[in-house]
Amino acid sequence: MTERPRDTASTSPRYDVAVVGAGPAGLAAAVAAAEAGRRVVLVDAGGQPGGQYWRHPDETAPRGDESLGHHDWSTFTALRSRLHGLVRRRRITHLPWRQVWFVERPSVGDEPPAHTLHLTTSYAGADTGGEGPDAVTGDAVILCPGGYDRQLPIPGWDLPGVMAAGGVQALLKGHRTVAGRRAIVAGTGPFLLPVATGLAQAGADVVAVCEAGSITGWSRDPLAAAAVPGKAREALEYATELIRHRIPYRQRTAITAIRGTEAVRSVELSRLDREGRIREDAGTADVDLVALGWGFTPSLELVSATGAATRKDIDDSLVAVVDDEQRATVPGVYVAGEATGVGGAMLAVAEGELAGLMTARDQRAPVSQGNVRTLQKRITRHRRFAAAMHAAHPVPRHWHEWLSPETTVCRCEEVSYRQVCGARDELGAGDARTVKLMARPGMGWCQGRVCGFASAKLAAATEGRALTADDLRPTAKQPFTAPVSLEQLAESPRYE
Amino acid sequence: MAHTADVVIIGAGALGAACAYFATEQGLRVHIVERGEIAGGTTSACEGNLLVSDKEAGHELDLALYSNQVWRRDLAPYNHLWEFENKGGLIVAATESGARNLAELAGRQREAGIDVTDVAADEVHAYEPHLTEDLTAAAHYPQDCQVQPMLMAAQLIRIARERGARIWTRTEVTDLHRDGDAVAGVVTSRGTIHADHVINAAGTWAGDIARLAGVSVPILPRRGFVLITEPLPRTVFHKVYSGDYVASTTSSDEGLQTSTVIEGTRAGTILIGSSRERVGFDSTVSLPALRQIAAKALTLYPVLAKTKIMRNYHGFRPYCADHLPVIGHDPRAPGLWHASGHEGAGIGLSVGSAKLLVQQLTGREPDLDLTPFAPERFDLVEAS
Amino acid sequence: MSPAHQHDVPDDATAEPERFEVAFDGRPLPATAGQSVGSVLTDAGIRSWRTTRTGHRPRGLFCGIGVCYDCLITVDGEPNQRACLVPARPGMTLSSTVPGNGPFETAGDTDD
Ligand SMILES: Cc1cc2nc3c(=O)[nH]c(=O)nc-3n(C[C@H](O)[C@H](O)[C@H](O)COP(=O)(O)OP(=O)(O)OC[C@H]3O[C@@H](n4cnc5c(N)ncnc54)[C@H](O)[C@@H]3O)c2cc1C
Ligand SMILES: Cc1cc2nc3c(=O)[nH]c(=O)nc-3n(C[C@H](O)[C@H](O)[C@H](O)COP(=O)(O)OP(=O)(O)OC[C@H]3O[C@@H](n4cnc5c(N)ncnc54)[C@H](O)[C@@H]3O)c2cc1C
Ligand code: FES
Repeated sequence: MTERPRDTASTSPRYDVAVVGAGPAGLAAAVAAAEAGRRVVLVDAGGQPGGQYWRHPDETAPRGDESLGHHDWSTFTALRSRLHGLVRRRRITHLPWRQVWFVERPSVGDEPPAHTLHLTTSYAGADTGGEGPDAVTGDAVILCPGGYDRQLPIPGWDLPGVMAAGGVQALLKGHRTVAGRRAIVAGTGPFLLPVATGLAQAGADVVAVCEAGSITGWSRDPLAAAAVPGKAREALEYATELIRHRIPYRQRTAITAIRGTEAVRSVELSRLDREGRIREDAGTADVDLVALGWGFTPSLELVSATGAATRKDIDDSLVAVVDDEQRATVPGVYVAGEATGVGGAMLAVAEGELAGLMTARDQRAPVSQGNVRTLQKRITRHRRFAAAMHAAHPVPRHWHEWLSPETTVCRCEEVSYRQVCGARDELGAGDARTVKLMARPGMGWCQGRVCGFASAKLAAATEGRALTADDLRPTAKQPFTAPVSLEQLAESPRYE
Repeated sequence: MAHTADVVIIGAGALGAACAYFATEQGLRVHIVERGEIAGGTTSACEGNLLVSDKEAGHELDLALYSNQVWRRDLAPYNHLWEFENKGGLIVAATESGARNLAELAGRQREAGIDVTDVAADEVHAYEPHLTEDLTAAAHYPQDCQVQPMLMAAQLIRIARERGARIWTRTEVTDLHRDGDAVAGVVTSRGTIHADHVINAAGTWAGDIARLAGVSVPILPRRGFVLITEPLPRTVFHKVYSGDYVASTTSSDEGLQTSTVIEGTRAGTILIGSSRERVGFDSTVSLPALRQIAAKALTLYPVLAKTKIMRNYHGFRPYCADHLPVIGHDPRAPGLWHASGHEGAGIGLSVGSAKLLVQQLTGREPDLDLTPFAPERFDLVEAS
Repeated sequence: MSPAHQHDVPDDATAEPERFEVAFDGRPLPATAGQSVGSVLTDAGIRSWRTTRTGHRPRGLFCGIGVCYDCLITVDGEPNQRACLVPARPGMTLSSTVPGNGPFETAGDTDD
């Protein structure tokens, strides 16, 4: 291999550990590594720590009780105070409102194999608390990018008033904004419950939760739920709340069409069979808010950019391959949180802490083996719980039969299901990448983050085979992990 | 699978697709064998310009002008299928010496038959309102046009299939079937296909196919990066590039060269190219290359400073030392034909190359003499 | 509990955050410090603030967390900002149109 010209590695500020993401995983990772004596930089696209799970109102303009609608809030505030203490003692440099847009890999033979993260502000004129560098280098990097709601196109899902369930939750938790007055929550998985109860508590009329799967799915591994007692308690809480607010929980039911012109007005419901085919009409409902969620898609762009190996997880997500100490397959790269497999915030915290400790140990700082083992055990228990959850809440296998030719598959480029089928059937596109290059789904602003999973599913379904990691990899492989202005790309980076 | 065809085409890129189109037009029974997906090679990693403006007088330009006719006449009924745009090219110069060089280039090109209009500095903005003020001259080339390359390849293959061609994707050619000295078919990962003629349209990998026949066709990869912007209202109307682009296409330098090539697309995005480097098949994204491309584009279009770059891609141009493609019958391996090595112009040159090759294959006199593109020409160089 | 704060967080969590106005297409909308532009618009009952390029379909918030780019809006003349991320500021002007007479006005068709 030839020596590649480096852009910045030799000159950008260098840290023992660079952590991306200040959600449950990244926060725990940064704090653990710093407390183990590492100099840490924590980069996050958001303005304040918490990630998706602990999203809360602006700390400089609090709106009543911060913890409203939260679970495990004290875990967060404890992590946050440790973070602030470490920031004050200059053990952690926190860079909020920064997105990593490019990961520069080490050159062959670099020791340590340091990665350089190139940064851009999350929005024009972001208040990043001073200038800050355009790039940082970490001898080790811990990637904790979390994920986003997984979506399936359905007729009418591009109408205003249709939102990702997590987006509805983000408005509630972050801004106390109720996204609609009469809502329906649909898709699959336990996450639909906090969204529905959160809306109801905030005063919305929630007409139903439609779960495409069924909770009897959990009976396949009843002990898994017992492995994480907190989860059972939470489930009970939600069940009570649903009853209190008289929200029907309709299993094996899905929204199969959304109607409206300028915004959503009503939805059509269908009862599904086990395979996700429409069995019978289940009526309609007039609503002004539809919250949709089919689980989560881990954000694998940064992981792919390092060249680390990925695999397909049990829930059909692409995830990073890590060893039992959170190391990815590329030296110097660690991954924690949703990017190693969707499993909830407490799993993310445990993985983050373990990753933080392992960067320290790998850099020859002393780390308690007892701590490591405790974390590994906790991770194993949470993984078992996650496996049971995924088994109970699969994406309906025949979901694509709900689509009409006019259904928009790619929201950004407005590609219809008909056009996707045309690329495949008339032009001979044999995989998701070729469909994308010919018909443009996934080529717009979001670069397939929203429709990529569905496009991969469609490609597999056409051939009547199961989804593979190769179907999913093209969407994760983004040479730019966030958009960057031509100007910033053209300039050599600044370091103050 | 044990099939028989008149012609087997290896590779379903621009060249393979165009060969399939013209061969089936002559009633030949065609099989296409592609190890990946349709148009999944370099054809999916380029820009789709059909240029005459970037060529100096010579054999490549003759082929480009011929190809231009094929696009405009033979394929006229289909051009809407691949977003054919008759947009014209604009070369700009930013210095006095650049202006002189451009005027001289335009003069030579005019003599060679290119339609070119000199544009004075104060007229440039009538063509491209958003270009920088700091220009000394420009030249306008109305013959330059653009297509969406993947659609072009896929649609030509679709038409060929309607005429009876068969395509085998995810099928790799692992050997050539021989009948004595002659090449008489291909051995693939899914069986053998017997054929009178085998066309090597394997692009940057065509040298490997030639080697299977025991002959040398020295095609090397030359990497190129392209930046893609967010979708914008139409901002760039022509294919716009700087004068140094022509020098860079004809250079054999191994190091990084970039020269600005900018064009809008139907989708609203702007493609900003490009670089040329000989780094083998190294697919690591090179930030220095991207920075150079961006910086040069900004000097032409300062108005794009805040425009977001959404992604980038790269491809490996199939490159021969003398910058000419390899087209026609290989006398060293009877039955083997080549349509490869078109470097940075394989989309534009594809249809002309294919039409000429099929003329030769069906025993007709090609409209353009193919001798300069002869596959065995490299042996002669080595021998002398 | 009272965490150690990095910036000046008022200790009294019941203190009322600052209220102010922003303008959306000339219309004043009430906002509270810390709210995102998307949340201000939603609170005002506005569900969409742009139309798509080809189908001219209305679009507003979808993912809510900066991933989908459906919520693009012009903020103080800066086009294509994500409404779900940008915090509202006093006097901010929000516009549902991309600055049309700026650099990107349409030139005449130059097809020859
Ligand atoms: C919108 C949404 C709402 C959710 N709400 C709930 C809920 O209410 N209850 C629940 O149990 N679970 C919820 N989840 C699931 C929950 O978020 C996860 O289980 C948990 O947060 C995972 O923690 P994490 O640290 O892996 O990731 P996250 O919490 O997602 O944190 C990842 C962080 O990385 C940052 N990041 C990503 N890419 C980059 C980059 N390129 N540059 C810089 N920073 C980057 C992100 O901005 C984010 O702050 C939600 C998920 C989503 C997507
Ligand atoms: C950045 C960049 C910009 C460019 N811009 C332009 C432009 O604007 N205009 C222009 O005209 N040209 C441009 N080009 C050049 C153009 O892309 C190429 O010349 C052209 O695509 C070559 O087409 P092809 O059919 O020869 O090769 P390919 O498209 O690579 O097709 C060859 C096919 O052969 C297949 N194959 C190889 N080996 C085997 C085997 N053993 N068995 C089966 N199948 C096999 C491959 O999988 C591949 O699909 C550009 C190139 C780059 C990199
Ligand atoms: S709502 Fe998706 S990016 Fe703002």
